[in-house]
Amino acid sequence: MGIEFLLNGETVRVEVSDPTCTLLDWLRESRNLTGTKEGCNEGDCGACTVMVSDIGPDGIDHRALNACILFLLQLHGKSVRTVEGAAASPEKLHPVQQAMVDHHGSQCGFCTPGIIMSMAAAHATGRTDHDDVLAGNLCRCTGYAPIIRAAQAAEGTEVPDWVVRDAEALKGLKSGGAVAGDDYYIPASADELADWCLKNPDGRLVGGATDLALWVTKGLKSLGPVCFLSGCSGLKDIENTGDGLRIGAAVSLNRLQSAIAGHHPDFAEMIRRYGSVQVRNAATIGGNIANGSPIGDGPPALIALGAKLTLRRGAERREIKLADFFIDYGEQDRQPGEFVESIFIPKQEDRLKCYKLTKRFDQDISAVCGCLNVHLDHGKVTCCSIAFGGMAGIPKHADHAEAALLGQPWTRASIEAAMAALDQDFTPLTDMRASDRYRMNAAKNMLLRYYLEDTEDAPRVLEVAP
Amino acid sequence: MSVTPHDAARLHVTGAARYIDDIPTPANTLHLAFGLSTVAHGKIASIDLDDVRKADGVAAVLTAEDLPADNDVSPSVHDEPLLAVGTVHYVGQPIFLVVATSHLAARRAAKKGRIAYKELPALLTIDAAMQVDSRFEEPVVWSKGDPDPVLKSIDPDHIIKGSIEIGGQEHFYLEGQAALAFPQENGDMLVHSSTQHPSEIQHKVAAGLGVPFHAVRVETRRMGGGFGGKESQGNALAVSCAVAAKLTGRPCKMRYDRDDDMVITGKRHDFRIDYEVGFSADGKIEALNVTQYTRCGWALDLSIPVADRAMLHADNAYNLPHVRITSHRLKTNTQSATAFRGFGGPQGVVGIERILDHIAYDMRRDPFELRRANLYRNGDTTPYHMEITDSVIQPLMDELAERSDYKARYASIRQEHKDNPGSVLKRGIAMTPVKFGISFTLTHLNQAGALVHIYSDGSVHLNHGGTEMGQGLFTKVAQVAATGFGLPLDRIRITATDTGKVPNTSATAASSGSDLNGMAVKNACDTLKARLAEFLAPLYQTTPDKVSFADGNVTVGSEVLTFEKVASMAYNNRIQLSATGFYATPKIQWDRAAGRGRPFFYFAYGAAVTEVVIDTLSGEYKTLRADVLHDVGKSLNPAIDIGQIEGGYVQGAGWLTTEELVWDDQGRLRTHAPSTYKIPACSDRPKIFNVALFENKNAEDTIYRSKAVGEPPLMLGVSALMALSHAVSGCGDGKTYPDLHAPATPERVLRAVMRQKGLTW
Repeated sequence: MGIEFLLNGETVRVEVSDPTCTLLDWLRESRNLTGTKEGCNEGDCGACTVMVSDIGPDGIDHRALNACILFLLQLHGKSVRTVEGAAASPEKLHPVQQAMVDHHGSQCGFCTPGIIMSMAAAHATGRTDHDDVLAGNLCRCTGYAPIIRAAQAAEGTEVPDWVVRDAEALKGLKSGGAVAGDDYYIPASADELADWCLKNPDGRLVGGATDLALWVTKGLKSLGPVCFLSGCSGLKDIENTGDGLRIGAAVSLNRLQSAIAGHHPDFAEMIRRYGSVQVRNAATIGGNIANGSPIGDGPPALIALGAKLTLRRGAERREIKLADFFIDYGEQDRQPGEFVESIFIPKQEDRLKCYKLTKRFDQDISAVCGCLNVHLDHGKVTCCSIAFGGMAGIPKHADHAEAALLGQPWTRASIEAAMAALDQDFTPLTDMRASDRYRMNAAKNMLLRYYLEDTEDAPRVLEVAP
Repeated sequence: MSVTPHDAARLHVTGAARYIDDIPTPANTLHLAFGLSTVAHGKIASIDLDDVRKADGVAAVLTAEDLPADNDVSPSVHDEPLLAVGTVHYVGQPIFLVVATSHLAARRAAKKGRIAYKELPALLTIDAAMQVDSRFEEPVVWSKGDPDPVLKSIDPDHIIKGSIEIGGQEHFYLEGQAALAFPQENGDMLVHSSTQHPSEIQHKVAAGLGVPFHAVRVETRRMGGGFGGKESQGNALAVSCAVAAKLTGRPCKMRYDRDDDMVITGKRHDFRIDYEVGFSADGKIEALNVTQYTRCGWALDLSIPVADRAMLHADNAYNLPHVRITSHRLKTNTQSATAFRGFGGPQGVVGIERILDHIAYDMRRDPFELRRANLYRNGDTTPYHMEITDSVIQPLMDELAERSDYKARYASIRQEHKDNPGSVLKRGIAMTPVKFGISFTLTHLNQAGALVHIYSDGSVHLNHGGTEMGQGLFTKVAQVAATGFGLPLDRIRITATDTGKVPNTSATAASSGSDLNGMAVKNACDTLKARLAEFLAPLYQTTPDKVSFADGNVTVGSEVLTFEKVASMAYNNRIQLSATGFYATPKIQWDRAAGRGRPFFYFAYGAAVTEVVIDTLSGEYKTLRADVLHDVGKSLNPAIDIGQIEGGYVQGAGWLTTEELVWDDQGRLRTHAPSTYKIPACSDRPKIFNVALFENKNAEDTIYRSKAVGEPPLMLGVSALMALSHAVSGCGDGKTYPDLHAPATPERVLRAVMRQKGLTW
């Protein structure tokens, strides 16, 4: 059956024999497009960045993605541009390419193709938040200064014709309908997905593949039957129901960030630091939850907000508290054949603060992620939801700390009591990210910081102007 | 000379620049992967490779016994087998080699080996090695004067003892290690290698095949970053490819997956530096006893000259009247630490900057004033008895203090510390200098060769022994040739480094690339120009001294000819249009054992001011601003030099802040990928980043009076560590020195803050 997509403007049809073949390997080994580089093979360095466009719920969508952790099958119905296809014409470089030459933005040049494609994707959409755009592109030579100068110089320059041509050509691609292969399936609807899950209770669902692809590239595993959610309409909807937000499981972190910003800006700010642009463009909130990471970043915030999860098996649906989904490390409340369909965030006054503690601000997995949601009435704590990632085998509530605060006056003494209670809530581990003591001390201080931010002026280091 | 883009900039941005893995290969090319040791120290009890051999796509599996000749990839003392024999010495040591039809097939098969070990005690840390006296050579001690009696005579209030741990650093070149071998007729081998040292690759491949050097040709067009990590670490891949190519008769390629790269290859040496320092009432150092403990890993590699260079930079920019430097070169069951930008120098510099910071804290002095008071003046001698004659460090620091408004900013931060002792955010600021010695300390390495052809159409083909790893060496050297011939840069084609064109080269290392190769190319150009002048002068009734080369033309007396015309005329008159060039650095000579003499031709200088802000609740921090003033002599290419300085600063600051290597108690590296090892990302660069070149020219006769720029700027990042120390010091009562170790991760910063506040960790 095969898939169809645009590669640098040309329609290609590919019969995929190995569903775990990555776009990067295919480009380099089958198409001799060696401009796209392998730097880390795990989506952390961005040397393999390509630009993928498709027609999404909000119209044409241009995204930078890491080709090393993108399965070829995920491209069905989309358009991909590599660095070889970036120039405006054979004679004329893309404005970001020219700016990188003019501003000495390349030294060894190995990260450069990825940087060009991140910049090109941002350029196509008019983004100028260059630090965020390039957070997922590591450069070891330049110290980034000339790259930023180049990005600034290219702001507002003419977008190459191919951006529009690709958007037009996308409409001509074969679309709609599921695609099935020997051991893969690309459903077009949630119903088709539900059927597949019933028939393949041990099958793997691939959302953005930002985690699962590492099982292949690093774990060297085969995945068995896989089902790609990349074309699954319905799972990508974001709906404001009046009493809250319902987020489809296949909504990317990037779209979640936009959707949540008006309701809980601090959650959006934490998502800004979740992975990189490339990772957030691929990763789905359903995947973030269902893979059961002890950290996750999304889950602690959602637990603190009292989010609920809709699980679907065939035509049956059930709703549970997100906090109850995580049972133990590697164990979730999900039945065979069941999948996460959506997440519901109840409407509420915004009292949420999220603290993501890492060695490096951007694109780093949290040592501790603390999310606090404390509601007050007349100076007393009326409702208190505190959740942590990185402090236990699962993301979970800090029950004792919550109990210490509930009904208490909103004072430093109360918060200090809650800080002390954290010792009863968690026994964190020591690993390469942090020691147990650091995790505990920093987690306690997150409670204090929440209180200080609420009661006085307590800026964060990222808010300090030079 | 002038600003020009990197010679490959257009290729970089279009994806057309070729790295090893991009070179087109025949369909029958084989791909290699190593099977690795999973224990830190042990006897190999048995090796069962049946499942490896049966795995999909496997063409051959080799162990040490299958190697045709020398089983060694050491750059120094023949102590590093390509494939382990009998005993393994670290987690990640290659034991067997898989040769398969694809990269993925080789990696998959390599996981299927079953190795049984009889485990032996593993030495993982400096302390463990010191306890059992596990070392590569006896401690090296150099001294000037005698610090002991001075320390005895000084007021005990003016004596400080302390210690700093300095972590290693992963190179994280974006292009991992890679090599590709094409078997040739008659047993010859062509090897493409991502290496800073093609000649050594040639030598190790020849030894691995059991053939003379002339049977092996090594070519390196460019590396995707090197930073010292490709000085010796590419040997294993190149030899593997060559051996497999010989045995199979097919092209063989090997590239490490990133995790393998980080687990297998050596990194910057981690150090502990202990010190006892005595100083005068006005803060001048009078006597210093400093001990450097160097964790070298399991094999010697380049650890001797690295540890030497750390000793040679134990002074950085400061006059130390009485000093003794002791160096322990310790053998451990970890990756064999290797060259990394600065080559030990940065660790020495961190040691003395820490000492100055400690003294300033103790004396409640502005650390800048204290540093300034201790700076070298011309005429002072280093701990290795070399006279300082070219120092510009004092005017440079004064100019930087002015440019960066250091004094006002320092005063304002001090005031903040006093006025708001309990504030959650604390700022800190620090200025640190760099003085870096330029030359290989192994003196004979300071030589270079070049080959220049003028073709009969007037285009120029240029080759030299240096390698391009992003630093812009090819651009600079092409500029030297263009300047020499008076030609536009596009008439010069600089070509891949090739052991068949320029033989017996040194590694492109020690910041020496443009100094050595620029001079060698200039020498070749001068030879050709002299030859052309001799030929042209009589034709126009003039003398050779009246022949000049400029603007694409050759002026002969009153006649002006195009360079193309001259090339064609010379060819038709049977004038040789090709020349070699050579250069050997003058004046350097020293006695390493005694620690005496002139190891360096000259010094490069620089300084940086960094301002940071820390969060005292989490230990998180941000670099708000950095101001740099750096001495590159008379710049060959200011854009390239500023690029090296900006990149060096960020890489140095990364080393000392977020880049943390973590091994577990089994000796397994837990930070073996960018997901866990955090080099600076885009937003980590200073929010305000002012970099300027110090107006200077080299006092020595270097290529157009320029100075080396590769390594020195890395040490500008030391100012970030010292600024963090200053910020932490603002949390306490002035009685507890922050005692920050490196890397100063947010965890270490929070711990230091809590110590300042007297809180239990």
